[in-house]
Parts: sequence; C-alpha cells; structure tokens
Amino acid sequence: MLLQNVQSSASQALAGTAAQWLWAVPLLPLAGFVINGVLALIAPTHFGPADPALARADDATHATHEAHDGAHSADVGAGAEHDHADVAARHRFAGITSFVGPAVLILSFLLSAVIFWQYKSVAGDSHEPFIQTYFMWIPAGDLQVSASLMLDQLSLVMLLVVTGVGALIHIFSVGYMREDPGYPRYFAYLNLFVFFMLVLVLGANYPVMFVGWEGVGLCSYLLIGFWFSDKANADAGKKAFIANRIGDFGFLVAMFMLFANFGTLDFDGLQAAMNGVTAGGALVTTICLFLFLGCTGKSAQIPLYVWLPDAMAGPTPVSALIHAATMVTAGVYLIARSHFLFALAPVASLTVVVIGALTAIFAATIGLKQWDIKKVLAYSTVSQLGYMFVGVGAGAYGAGIFHLVTHSFFKALLFLGSGSVIYAMHRAYHATHSHDDAQDMRNMGGLRRFTPVTFGLMWIATLAIAGIPPFAGFFSKDEILAAVFARARESALADARWLGIPGNFVLYACYVLGLAAALLTAIYMTRMMLYTFHGPNRTGEKEREHLREAPWVMTGPLVVLGILSAIGGWLNLPEFLPIGPVGTLEHWLDPVVGESALRLTKGVAPEIAPSLEYALVGAAVAIAVIGMWIAWSRLKPEVLVPKAQAKPEEGFERVLEHKYYVDELYDDTIVRPTYSVSRNLLWRGIDVGLIDGLMVNGSAWFARGVGWIGSALQSGQVGTYAWVLVLGVLAVVSAVTLR
Amino acid sequence: MLAESLFFSAVLFVIGVVGVLTRRNAIIVFMCVELMLNAVNLAFVAFAQVYGVAGQVFVFFVMTVAAAEAAVGLAIIIALFRHNQTVNLQQINLLKG
Repeated sequence: MLLQNVQSSASQALAGTAAQWLWAVPLLPLAGFVINGVLALIAPTHFGPADPALARADDATHATHEAHDGAHSADVGAGAEHDHADVAARHRFAGITSFVGPAVLILSFLLSAVIFWQYKSVAGDSHEPFIQTYFMWIPAGDLQVSASLMLDQLSLVMLLVVTGVGALIHIFSVGYMREDPGYPRYFAYLNLFVFFMLVLVLGANYPVMFVGWEGVGLCSYLLIGFWFSDKANADAGKKAFIANRIGDFGFLVAMFMLFANFGTLDFDGLQAAMNGVTAGGALVTTICLFLFLGCTGKSAQIPLYVWLPDAMAGPTPVSALIHAATMVTAGVYLIARSHFLFALAPVASLTVVVIGALTAIFAATIGLKQWDIKKVLAYSTVSQLGYMFVGVGAGAYGAGIFHLVTHSFFKALLFLGSGSVIYAMHRAYHATHSHDDAQDMRNMGGLRRFTPVTFGLMWIATLAIAGIPPFAGFFSKDEILAAVFARARESALADARWLGIPGNFVLYACYVLGLAAALLTAIYMTRMMLYTFHGPNRTGEKEREHLREAPWVMTGPLVVLGILSAIGGWLNLPEFLPIGPVGTLEHWLDPVVGESALRLTKGVAPEIAPSLEYALVGAAVAIAVIGMWIAWSRLKPEVLVPKAQAKPEEGFERVLEHKYYVDELYDDTIVRPTYSVSRNLLWRGIDVGLIDGLMVNGSAWFARGVGWIGSALQSGQVGTYAWVLVLGVLAVVSAVTLR
Repeated sequence: MLAESLFFSAVLFVIGVVGVLTRRNAIIVFMCVELMLNAVNLAFVAFAQVYGVAGQVFVFFVMTVAAAEAAVGLAIIIALFRHNQTVNLQQINLLKG
C-alpha cells in the first residue's frame, strides 16, 4: 500500500534490491511501539490495576513492605525490586512484551544488514544517495517538503549502529526490566525511540530529520522520568527536555535561514546550492553556529551538557541506548550530515572543535570525583562526545563517525555492565531489606568474585575507552587526535582566525586538551574499575551472600558488545598499522563527506611523516598507560569506607564532586531569575494583575457599577420620573427650537 | 385675542406641571394632569379661531380621553389606597427597580 506511492531516485542501481524495503526498517519498531503501547494501556482498564502496589494495598504486610521500597532509591532495577517469588509484581503481558520488544529490533537490524550488503555490492562507491519519497508532506508555496528517506554511506553506518546496538540493549532490557510493573510501557517507549532515531538518521531533508530529532527528545524525556512517581526522576526528565528545547531553537533558526536563503531544505538540493556560496561567509557561518547550538543541546556539550548526568535517573539500559550509544550522538551525525555547510565555515568548524575539546577536558575532570557509578559513565560520555565533535569539527568526518561507532560499542558495554552490577547490588540489598545506595561505588568493591563475566567485559571496555591498543577506542581516539594535529599544521582551519586567535594555535591547543582528557579518561575509568571490582567488598556482611551474576539474557549482549569493543578498531585501521584492510570506514564514507573534508584541507589529504606519526601515537598510548598507572598506584580501594561513613571532600576535590557548581550557577543565573520574573511579573503582574484583575474582574466591576447607577435611578418615586420627563422634554424642545 | 388665550393656556399648563412635580398627594397630582390637558384644550380652541375647526374637533377627542383617563386613574388611586392605606406618592415605590 505504502510502496505504490514510493518514488525512488531512478538513477540508482538499487531499485529492485532490498533497499526497496527501507521503509520497513523504521516501521518495525513503530509496530512494536503500537503493540506494547496497547498492552500497557489495556491492562489496567480491562484486567484490573496494573500496578501491583495497588492490587496488594489491602494486604497489610505487603503494603508496608511496598512503602518501604518506594521510599528507597530512585533508579535501579526496579526489575530486581520484586524478585523474591513475588509473581504478582510482574506485568500480566510481560511474556508478549519480552517477545515483541526485542524481536522488532532484531528484524530491523537483519533488514538493515541485508540492505547494507546489497548497497555495498551494488552502489558502494556511489556518490548519489538512494532516496525514497512517500508523499508530499508540506506543500506550502515555495516550501515543498516531502516525507522521504535517504540511504547513503553515512546513514547506513548510523542505521547499523542504531539497530544493532539497539537490538542488544533491547535484549538486555528483557532481563533488567522484566519484573517491573510498567514493563510494556517501557518497551513501548524504547521501540518508539528507535523509530524516531531511525527517522532522524534516514531523513532526506532537515524537517524530516527534525521530526526524528524531536521524537528522540520526547522518548528521552519519557524514559528518564520512567519511574515518575519519584519527583527527582520527573525533574530530571524535565531538565533534559528544557535543555534540549534551547538547542532545538538553534536547529529551527538554522532551518529557517537555510530555507530563506537557498529555498530548499533537502540535503541534496542544499549541497548543490552550496556551489555558489563563498567559503567563510557570514551567512553560512551563522547557520552553522545555530546548527551547532542544536548539537550542544542534543549531544550534551558546553553549555547545555547539564541534563545528561541527571538523565541517569532513567533505567540503566535507557542510559546505555539513548544517553550513550545513539541519541546523544545525533549532534555528531547532524554535523557530519551538514558537512557541506561546515566545510564552508571554518570559523564555525573551529568553534565546534573548541567546544568539543573544552567539554572533553571539563567533563573528564568532573568524572574524577563522582561516586555514583552511572554518573562517572555519564561524564565520560559527555567527554567522549567532546572528542567526536573535535573530530567532525576539524573536518575529519570519518574519524568523528568512527569514534561514534566504537564509542557506541564500549559505552553501551560499560553502561550495561554497570546495569548488571546495579542489578546484583540491588538484589542483594533487596534480599536483606537494606536501603543503602546500590549505585554508589563506595558500597561496592571486590565485585570481581561475584560477577566475573561483567568484570572481565567491563575491563575490555575500560581498556577500549582509555585508548589502549588494540582495543576499539585506541584507533578512533588516535585518529581524531592525529587529524587535529595534521590540520593544525596545514588546512583552511589553520588559516582562519577564531576570536582573533590564529586557527593553527587553536587547533594545537585543542590537541593538547584532547591528550589531557585522554589522561583523565584513563584515570577515572581505572578508578571506577578499581573501586567497583577490586579490593575488599564493602557491601555488607549479610548482603555479600546475595551478590551474584546476572542471568544470560543480560550477559549475552554484554559478550557481543565486548567482542565489538575489542575488535571494533579493525573497521578503520590507520595506515601505519596495516594489520588488515586500512581505512575501511574512511573509504566507505568518502563518497559522502570526502569532498568537504578535502575542501577544509585545501585539496590535499593531510599527511604526517611516519616518524612523527609514531611519536604521536606513542605519546597517546603512553599517556593512557600513565593515567591507568597513576590511578592504580595512587588509589587504594582498601582504605575506602562505605558511603554512610564517608567524610566530606575538601578543597578542589569538593569543587569537582559538586561538578564545578555549574548546576548551582545555572540555578542562580538562569533558573531563579526566570522563576522570579515568571512569578512576580508574568504571574502576579500580568496574569493576576492585568488579565485577571483589570480585564476579567475589571469588566465585571464596570458592569456592576453601571448597573448600580441604573438601579439607583429606578427609585420607584413617581416624582423623580416626572422630573426626568419634564427635563427631557425641555431639553428636546429647547434643542429643536434653539437649533 | 389669540395671544392672551395662549398666554393663559401656558400659565395653566405650567401650573399643572409644577403641581405634578411638587405635590405628593396622588389625587392632586391627578388633578394637575387634568389642568394640563385643559390648558392644551384652551390652546386648541384659541388656534381654531385662526386655522379652522379642526382644533375644536380635537378638543372633543381630548375631553373624551380625559374622561376615560379620569375613570381609570381614579380607580387606580382607589386600588392603591386600599393596598397602601395612603395616597402619598413618596410612600409608594412599587416601580422601584
């Protein structure tokens, strides 16, 4: 039905291949959303209350027990919360959801894989994207926006990452969330998220992409506040939504400017329109900066990064999927997708590099002093996103996307691993009815004896993110740093001036910042592993007996991600290390971004002498090793005390623990003034005073006053009436006669 | 002759108006209304001397209406008196809004 109206770009050799089924890739998760959503909706209306707490409220012993649990901690495997043979807690449709939720994603991934192989064999180096147009979405005068999906080398990479990593996380969620009373609702949101993410990466023009962009924001909000009965979680959701709104404003303005000046919003059409635009113009720079504002919101960069750490209030698989592997990388994808704009705006590109580098080092320092295992990973994500922006900002689009891919492997693994740890911790605390914090690393320690699989896999991910060869992160991070170094020596960026500072100086500074962030990354990741898995156990005597590894449905995806984290670097091997096909991903993306990348490097591929290259790589690896060694030798998990007995931090460490007081700063400079203006001017002044007071009540008072005068005249005294009559007659007569 | 008649008519009319406006007894007010009607009749008769008999015909109409009005008006005043035990207009305010 849908296919009959589809028009594919005819020049493509792809017509008649599996690419024809492109529409099914996003529609499968949408179908999952509908099924799970219906299950979530009909359960309480047709089959009694879905919330077991309500169902058992009359059961006194259980009720108090439940209240106990409710008071207790935010996040955390609510899955584990009801696990002691409390079958009533499980949603009645959990069985169907466990099948449908992951199945649609797996199908979607398989379809994407088939499309990928066909694309690779038929049009692997094609410069023309494969576009499917379904219907005219906004036919409004000059503005013609069609609902169409686009397949090219870049969106294929994203397609595989989103569906592949997404499918693994969906499978993990089955184990993590199965016992939750809102299980179908959870999977409905998760499926909907994947649908919107696929719309985002497949959209053939900015408005369709924007639909996905907003949609993933919505799902992020819904999933952060998934356990909305706790106010902190609902607040975290709102914070994420509002911070993203600021960024979306930038995206919208950029779209308006693009349409006003170039008359189209299709990626294809815009790329063609850029031929006549001079590089470095004010217009294209402004557009790029507004687009980048959108990226700072979605991808948690300075100054809008503050929502991401709070987003950890959601279930841990959500943190892995949305707030690490896919959604937050949308900004990186947007810049890579808009390469034809950014290649023309060196100043905007430099801004991206600077913000990325600053975010990388800033978030990494905060990560040094966090005790919540998920917060460490959240700041690590912000920091790694900074790296990606350094890459795409410097015009090394391939390197940025490469880091996006490898990061989605190892960060998903880290988050799911932390989910497995939290699951174990929570189960232990639940079994003993303890209310300690299941996410605080001070309460962990020595977990390697209890969760050996998670322990081993988390170490792989840690080595990957720290940049130790031959794990995935080493190759991608090194490629970004090398790209920045090369472009600092000779490129259009190095010639430009950023706020009056020469571009090459800026790039060298960002390279140094990147190295420093790499050092800090190695330190905080080793610290996290050390405190979580090594040293003595601090969970508690009784709880220790209940600590054990998560079931296979959770460890299975971890193993797959572990393998990917270990060998992901082979996707794009550097030239100096030819242990396989060199630069696969780079060549794959070349038809899309190659031209723009060359424009920024002034037409020649950046070259670094092999000796210098070895020195740079050696320095990077040395820094990673030194960082891990510092953490290993300085931090002693043996002397760490559980959270309840911990002393407050002093000095700069305290500043770090409080995240540089940025939240407090925003609170004082933005939130509170906004509140106060809203409350005093908008609410008390305009709403209560002007609208309610003057307009609404004022008109009532006016009518009442006029009525009072009228009723006073109706005295019922005939004499008065006669007087009025006579005076009236006199007035009329005199008016007529004196005229 | 016309001028004197009209002057007399005007004086009568004003006396009637002042009576209606100032007196409190409903019967006197009523009589003052009659006075005003008769002042108008006088004016009609006076004009009839100059402009023809139409004025005198009108006087008959006015007297007929005045008679009917006197019948209805006095009946109303009696009904008011029965209801309020007074014909003082200041104590009657049934029309008060």
